[in-house]
Amino acid sequence: MRAKPQPYVSTTNACKLCKPLGACLAFRGMEGAVPFLHGSQGCATYMRRYVISHFREPMDIASSSLGEKHAVYGGGPNLKLGLKNVMAKYQPGLIGIATTCLTETIGDDVPMLVKEFVRDFPEVIQEHGSPALVSVSTPSYSGTHMEGFHAAVAAAVAQLAAQGLPHDGIALFPGFVSPADTRYLKEILADFELQATVLPDISLTLDAPALVEYETLPSGGTPIPAIRALGGSRAAIEFGRTLEGQSSAGKVLHDRFSTPLHALGMPIGLRETDAFFSVLEALSGRGTPVNHELERGRLIDAYVDGHKYLFGARAVVYGEEDLVTGLTAFLAEIGVRPVLCASGGRSGRLAEAIRDVTQDLLPEPPLVREGVDFYDIAEEAEALEPEILIGNSKGYHLARKWGVPIIRVGFPIHDRFGGHRTLHLGYRGAQSLLDRIVNARLEAKQEASPVGYSYI
Amino acid sequence: MTTTVFHERQDQIHRKGEEPFQMACDRDSLAGAVSQRACVFCGSRVVLYPIADALHLVHGPIGCAAYTWDIRGALSSGPELHRLSFSTDLQERDVIFGGEEKLYQALTELIDRHAPKAAFVYSTCIVGIIGDDLAGICKKVAQEKGIPVIPVQSEGFKGNKRAGYNAACKAMFQLMGSGDTSSISPLSVNILGDFNLAGEIWIIREYFSRMGLQVVANITGDGRVADIQRAHAAGLNVVQCSGSTMDLAKMMKEAYGTPFLRVSYFGVEDMAESLYNVARFFESIDPEMMTRTRDLVREELTVLHPQLEEFRRALTGKKAAIYVGGAFKAFSLVKAFRLLGIKVVLVGSQTGTEEDYRELHAITDDGTIIVDDSNPLELSAFLQEKDVDIFVGGVKERPIAYKLGVGFCDHNHERKEALEGFVGMHNFAREVYSTVMSPVWRFVPRKASAGLIKCLDADLASPDPVEAVASNVSIG
Ligand code: SF4
Ligand code: SF4
Repeated sequence: MRAKPQPYVSTTNACKLCKPLGACLAFRGMEGAVPFLHGSQGCATYMRRYVISHFREPMDIASSSLGEKHAVYGGGPNLKLGLKNVMAKYQPGLIGIATTCLTETIGDDVPMLVKEFVRDFPEVIQEHGSPALVSVSTPSYSGTHMEGFHAAVAAAVAQLAAQGLPHDGIALFPGFVSPADTRYLKEILADFELQATVLPDISLTLDAPALVEYETLPSGGTPIPAIRALGGSRAAIEFGRTLEGQSSAGKVLHDRFSTPLHALGMPIGLRETDAFFSVLEALSGRGTPVNHELERGRLIDAYVDGHKYLFGARAVVYGEEDLVTGLTAFLAEIGVRPVLCASGGRSGRLAEAIRDVTQDLLPEPPLVREGVDFYDIAEEAEALEPEILIGNSKGYHLARKWGVPIIRVGFPIHDRFGGHRTLHLGYRGAQSLLDRIVNARLEAKQEASPVGYSYI
Repeated sequence: MTTTVFHERQDQIHRKGEEPFQMACDRDSLAGAVSQRACVFCGSRVVLYPIADALHLVHGPIGCAAYTWDIRGALSSGPELHRLSFSTDLQERDVIFGGEEKLYQALTELIDRHAPKAAFVYSTCIVGIIGDDLAGICKKVAQEKGIPVIPVQSEGFKGNKRAGYNAACKAMFQLMGSGDTSSISPLSVNILGDFNLAGEIWIIREYFSRMGLQVVANITGDGRVADIQRAHAAGLNVVQCSGSTMDLAKMMKEAYGTPFLRVSYFGVEDMAESLYNVARFFESIDPEMMTRTRDLVREELTVLHPQLEEFRRALTGKKAAIYVGGAFKAFSLVKAFRLLGIKVVLVGSQTGTEEDYRELHAITDDGTIIVDDSNPLELSAFLQEKDVDIFVGGVKERPIAYKLGVGFCDHNHERKEALEGFVGMHNFAREVYSTVMSPVWRFVPRKASAGLIKCLDADLASPDPVEAVASNVSIG
């Protein structure tokens, strides 16, 4: 990876979000969980609004609502009061406590405070059905929402999974994917007749049906007993090529319980999905179910049908590192030329991951930029004359400026409807992305044409 | 009271008619209750954000800036620097060794890049803890760059949104007094507390110009640094949304003697009354202004009234709930709903004062729930209990309404519909109509299981509202 040509000190239009937001999203995928931010009120409210605008679902995030005196004398008493209140009103199955910049800086020791709480208030906890208490350290001044997400999943596994009886189930840690992706992953696992625990599972909690009663906590999410039983899994799968070297749920299982870990890339596009399916074949001892074989076949058929519209199209891809890696792998397969792959994350592994998934497909590797904001992206991209943008809706201003189409994927999608139903993963996700990209190209061409072809 | 309400919060809820009015408010949010409130920083950001030719740099970790990037509908007729999100994105080493150097460099770099007319530097929680000398750095950069660089003391934990409004007012006040005031007529106003959401301030400016008034500064909407610098010489400050800019009006009154008037541009009654009050204020210098104003109101209402009638016919008898940031807006909404034949059964705000709630108590009907600093649990319970047809709030309230199968109208800073002025009342009525009358509610499980849609034959006859308002002028 080349260093930034000129390191700016300031950030303009960040291409990342803060760590506790990722943690809250991960906790939202655990059954009956209430995400709880230890910090001042504002952070929780901002994050709620940000999340709600994408998912169009309620997203309650509790806060210890620290004020000035707590910032001086420590936030412990408010944390404990907050925990009691959440238990009383939500009857949660789990409270996921994430720290914020404020409480990290004043030095609150949350694991210790939680221990004290458990020691001092056993009756309160029992009275409310003994919810699990998981805490995770998420100061935003190191890392992005993705580190926060993975840290929360890892914390849940580390703090809940116990050495239990080995069982036939497997664990799947998909990372931050959409509710639609999660549903589809579960469908695949079921079709393979694999018993699996997907953690987290936001398929229902952040995409709920209309119901008669208002649910104070959304149904769905990974059951807490299933998380506790993860220690006995016979294998684990974890998505994310840039996760290597970071602590993650898969690694926790591996280190603690020697669970074999299949570390895979996010299965976006044909080859990354093939890799995932071959692991499923091995784990299930059976071939890919015919419906999925058919989806794969149709996808290749569509690759062929669409290739002419795509060949050589210069694309800028941005967003979370693992998403960018997966998308780039897919784009390279269909003949699009990723010219810039950018992320606000800074794992140090993005360039290598991109090289691994594209080197036999691309004539030259794309520019890869870590730790950038949209100002940097604009600067780099301008000279590359992109023809298409692929990423979250925060890149829209660039697409507008350059007059090129944008394919909205990932999070957040704040200017379109149904962003959380976007499918990215697997053969089906690739099919949907392919259709959208081809159609965006066709539409751009049609609009720009003086002829106005109605038959293309 | 239901179990949904925290014991500690019971005195922040009042049911009109059950007991004499008494309500607690202006408290810190309860830990663990999912308050809909934001923070001090948010309050400052809201008020200063629409100053479009200033640089707004958030000094802190990335989240505070990222979550406020271009999320508000405050429009500008010219520069759009305010739509960018600038942050110092503090990293661990800055937190340990202090962020002053980074702030200095970031400011210098951004001012060189964008040549803003002024810069606001917002302090966030963490900066309050690590103790960076914001004022010192700002002063240094101001000297070097020759533009005002103003620190905004908006550490999130030092109070709630109101404290943020105050910090913003102090910051704006620092800009004032330096501009050339020679072209300012005595018949002039500043518009405070309007954020030009969906271009609303342009509607209001047009009214003022029809009345014969010069608008010196739209301080908080489509704002410009130069206008604010000379705003102190205007004849009158018209202040909407009392919470956000009242402090500024008071500071200006004290320092420059600029008088102020509280106004509201929402709903027919309050809109008309506000214009009349302004005309009345200038009566001694321009006795004709009242006539022009009355004509203006009459003209607008002649267009508006028949438009509203259709909505009113359909909406009469429906029930509404209101939960907004500041209580002042709620007053106007209660009246606007009444004009549409809709009864308000729940009204609340994040940061109302006792006085605000007392006034709400006075203008609402018996049985209405009045609530301060509520949360999703309470709101969902109240909406169900009162079986409302429409909920007015912001993005965070929307899913609560929709999950319950209740219509929704966004009346917050994210909105993209102009709801102020007479035309705004039309838009508001249409918004309400298009959500309440949608066929989708029929399929919502809660409604479907309840069986038939309620059918109301309320009395549609009412006094002619055009005349009622247009003649509602008591000169003197
Ligand atoms: S203080 Fe930290 S946790 Fe809170 S919003 Fe800002 S970056 Fe996020
Ligand atoms: S860190 Fe403080 S200033 Fe920033 S969003 Fe959170 S409460 Fe507000």
